[in-house]
Amino acid sequence: MAPLLELDSITKQFPGVLANDHISLTLEHGEIHALLGENGAGKTTLMNILYGLYHPDEGKILVRGKEVRISSPDQAIHLGIGMVHQHFMLIPPFTVTENVMLGEEKLKNGVFLDRAAVAERIRAISEQYGLQVDPELRIRDLSVGAQQRVEIVKILYRQADILILDEPTAVLTPEEVEDLFRIIRGLVKRGVSIIFISHKLKEVMAIADRITVLRGGRVVGTTRPAETNSAALARMMVGREVILTVDKKPAEPGDVVLDVENLQVLNDRKQVAVDGVSFQVRAGEILGIAGVQGNGQTELVEALTGLRGITGGRTRILGKETTKATPRQILETGVAHVPEDRQRDGLVLSFPVADNLVLNTYYLPPIATGIVMHRGPILAEAEELVERFDIRTPSVEVPAANLSGGNQQKVIVAREFSRPIKLLIASQPTRGLDVGSIEYIHRQLVERRDNGCAVLLVSPELDEIMSLSDRIAVMYRGKIMDILPAEKATREQVGLLMAGVSA
Amino acid sequence: MAVMSRIGEKVAPLSRQRALGIFYAVVGFLILILFSRDVQAGDLATLGLNTPRSIEWVKLPDLVLPVLPTVWVLGLITIGLGSYQALRGFQKTGWLLGVVSLAFLSTFLVWAARAGSFSLIGILSASLQLATPILLGALSGVLCERAGVVNIAIEGMMLGAAFTSVLVANVTGDIMLGLAAALATGALLAAWHAVMAIEFKMDQIISGTVINIFATGLTNFLNQRVMQVYQNLNNEMTFPYISQVFPDLAKIPIVGPLLFDQTPIVWLALILLVVIQVALFRTRWGLRTRAVGEHPRAADTLGINVFRVRYTNVILGGMVAGLGGAYFTLGSVGRFDKQMTNGRGFIALAAMIFGNWTPVGSFASSLIFGFTDALQVKLQILIGKVNIPSEFLLMLPYIVTMVVLAGVVGRVMMPAADGQPYKKQ
Repeated sequence: MAPLLELDSITKQFPGVLANDHISLTLEHGEIHALLGENGAGKTTLMNILYGLYHPDEGKILVRGKEVRISSPDQAIHLGIGMVHQHFMLIPPFTVTENVMLGEEKLKNGVFLDRAAVAERIRAISEQYGLQVDPELRIRDLSVGAQQRVEIVKILYRQADILILDEPTAVLTPEEVEDLFRIIRGLVKRGVSIIFISHKLKEVMAIADRITVLRGGRVVGTTRPAETNSAALARMMVGREVILTVDKKPAEPGDVVLDVENLQVLNDRKQVAVDGVSFQVRAGEILGIAGVQGNGQTELVEALTGLRGITGGRTRILGKETTKATPRQILETGVAHVPEDRQRDGLVLSFPVADNLVLNTYYLPPIATGIVMHRGPILAEAEELVERFDIRTPSVEVPAANLSGGNQQKVIVAREFSRPIKLLIASQPTRGLDVGSIEYIHRQLVERRDNGCAVLLVSPELDEIMSLSDRIAVMYRGKIMDILPAEKATREQVGLLMAGVSA
Repeated sequence: MAVMSRIGEKVAPLSRQRALGIFYAVVGFLILILFSRDVQAGDLATLGLNTPRSIEWVKLPDLVLPVLPTVWVLGLITIGLGSYQALRGFQKTGWLLGVVSLAFLSTFLVWAARAGSFSLIGILSASLQLATPILLGALSGVLCERAGVVNIAIEGMMLGAAFTSVLVANVTGDIMLGLAAALATGALLAAWHAVMAIEFKMDQIISGTVINIFATGLTNFLNQRVMQVYQNLNNEMTFPYISQVFPDLAKIPIVGPLLFDQTPIVWLALILLVVIQVALFRTRWGLRTRAVGEHPRAADTLGINVFRVRYTNVILGGMVAGLGGAYFTLGSVGRFDKQMTNGRGFIALAAMIFGNWTPVGSFASSLIFGFTDALQVKLQILIGKVNIPSEFLLMLPYIVTMVVLAGVVGRVMMPAADGQPYKKQ
């Protein structure tokens, strides 16, 4: 029997990048085929080609043995291909029913939407696959996990039997990941075949029947979980030996550097996002804040760095009151900030690398005297930092936008770490980076700690938190559920806390 | 975005809510203070419910209200509502603003009619009439913005359509062709806006402003060079009132003068209101329109052609604005006058926002604006008694617009992708 889906030698060129270089892949009936690779390896491009969002420059696609041209999502849907995008494609003010029927509406009298009939179908599908989706609720009232199940219902409603899941676990708690895996296995039992895209080794090992590893737009190899292990997969993914664990000595905590007391912060919609949070970070330790994204971490970090107003409680840095301080006052007490979104908050993308490297010192001598800035010292400083932090850039004069994600992050790290700092606030410092850059950033964080700096690390990646932190605080719905010493904390325990279940 | 925050259900106490309540209470006191001036105890206000056209056997008695008690009752109700809002806070506050405005205006009416009479039915009929172009403009806005295209060019589209409708009606001698020209002008200007905003992803405010300036400039120029020179191109051409075609309908008490002493464009607007309201929330077109206005990328991944939906809606919106333009000429004075839309297109936008981007809401707020406008006209007549300079009265509709917008900002739900050009990946 012909494979359900066959990609043959797919090639896609973007300006300056060969995103897919003769990629071939097959998906068998009832199989879970994982596509493993780092960011930028070409996974998402390949799937967007399969889903009709991009057109390949070369190569062909065969579905059920027949060659097809897919030039729009519409055609992909009719071929039985459905995709759950990494960023959900749901409309928050719409109900589940409306989201599911959109584009494939059922009508009564030929004019009016037949919501009742669609809701009925959704209940049936939900029942059959154990998805627990209520068709009457609005998307904005659903949890992230429930939203993902709605995405799956959307695909089943269209009777697709090829399901593409693009980084489906990125936004889930460990609990929800378990749920998702259970659902995936159920789907496969009922005849759905799945392409599972991920960069997380553990998950791929746990769920996949076959694993294809991509690197730099090419297929490195295809294997099975039984025939390989995490270290071998990591090697295939990165192309060299990778140290998956972080080496660090036990912490030697010193004086309290950051003292947060009963902090309350509002989000952009004026709702309470950080709700009475208290903790301390001492010199020479890393306090990790775990939690699923959107539980108030962003607002917490913005409040600590002076970017967002504080509506209750107080913050002190090195004993100095900073509750109402401006970002510059906070920065001048010796605080470094690696923001969550490096492209939006960390860099001015259209500015040259050199200017980005002095964004926090541009007003000080020798770079400036009075209101005049001197180009010479800026370039000299930049050259030195590029050298010291190994930033790969053609020159310090190119716009920061031209650099790769990893090198952009190094620009921020260089800028923030090159000053004498007492407190480092790092928010998702490795988001979207390749394994090599992650190693580098992790080493830098530990080195700072060993030099007596207090480190506050915020990350939704449980592995990152577990391997780097000396103490772990778990945030859920704006509150700190608990603070655990890292050596005593287990993944399960932290995972439960992330889901709001206290021990 | 896709990852929605689940926390924050507890909303922080808003001092704004309190401020609004205090403001309403102050309005209540103002009612008591302002409208008890110059009033003799026992003064009566007569509010007429008939028009000269009403025939004898269906005449209703006039509404006669004692002025001071009315002022006290409405004033105290307003203070009560304001205090409750300040101390406890209502769940929804949109209606409160409406009630308070209504109380203020009603007391004002009663006060203005003290020891005299005032045709209530006349002012209500005029309100509906004056609300019509605002409603049409707002419906045009709803069509465009629900699909994610901001249309501030409604004013320009109405003005352009007003001009061509008169010109074509006069040249051809056929008023229906004049109406068609108005729709076509609206569609054409809208298509221009659509190409700039959708195809070239230009800033939609700029694109709309360009159209407004263009329409103002061109109609001014042509008005001066063509209409003024060849006066026979600007003859009065209007649709007959419904009551002129069916004289008996106008004799029905209240409803007659209110609904049938009107140009047919009022009816077209009301029909469009119902059609768009139903279509937007109950048909496939409506679902897709709203999807495209909220999250175009999601719609795209489900095989919906975002560009086509946006083009269709903007052009339909242009036609509705064109109908609004025809109201000023064919539905009202019959001649073109320079800048005769006089900001109604912008007031329509305010009505749409106040109406939370829904047709029915837009209609309700159009009525408020129409009422203010009608009131302003009536008060010009009562000028001696009211003792307010006419310039201030002329400002009334615009002041109400500002107050209303200030009151609702942040409380309405704008379509999430409104004003954002869509780029394919």
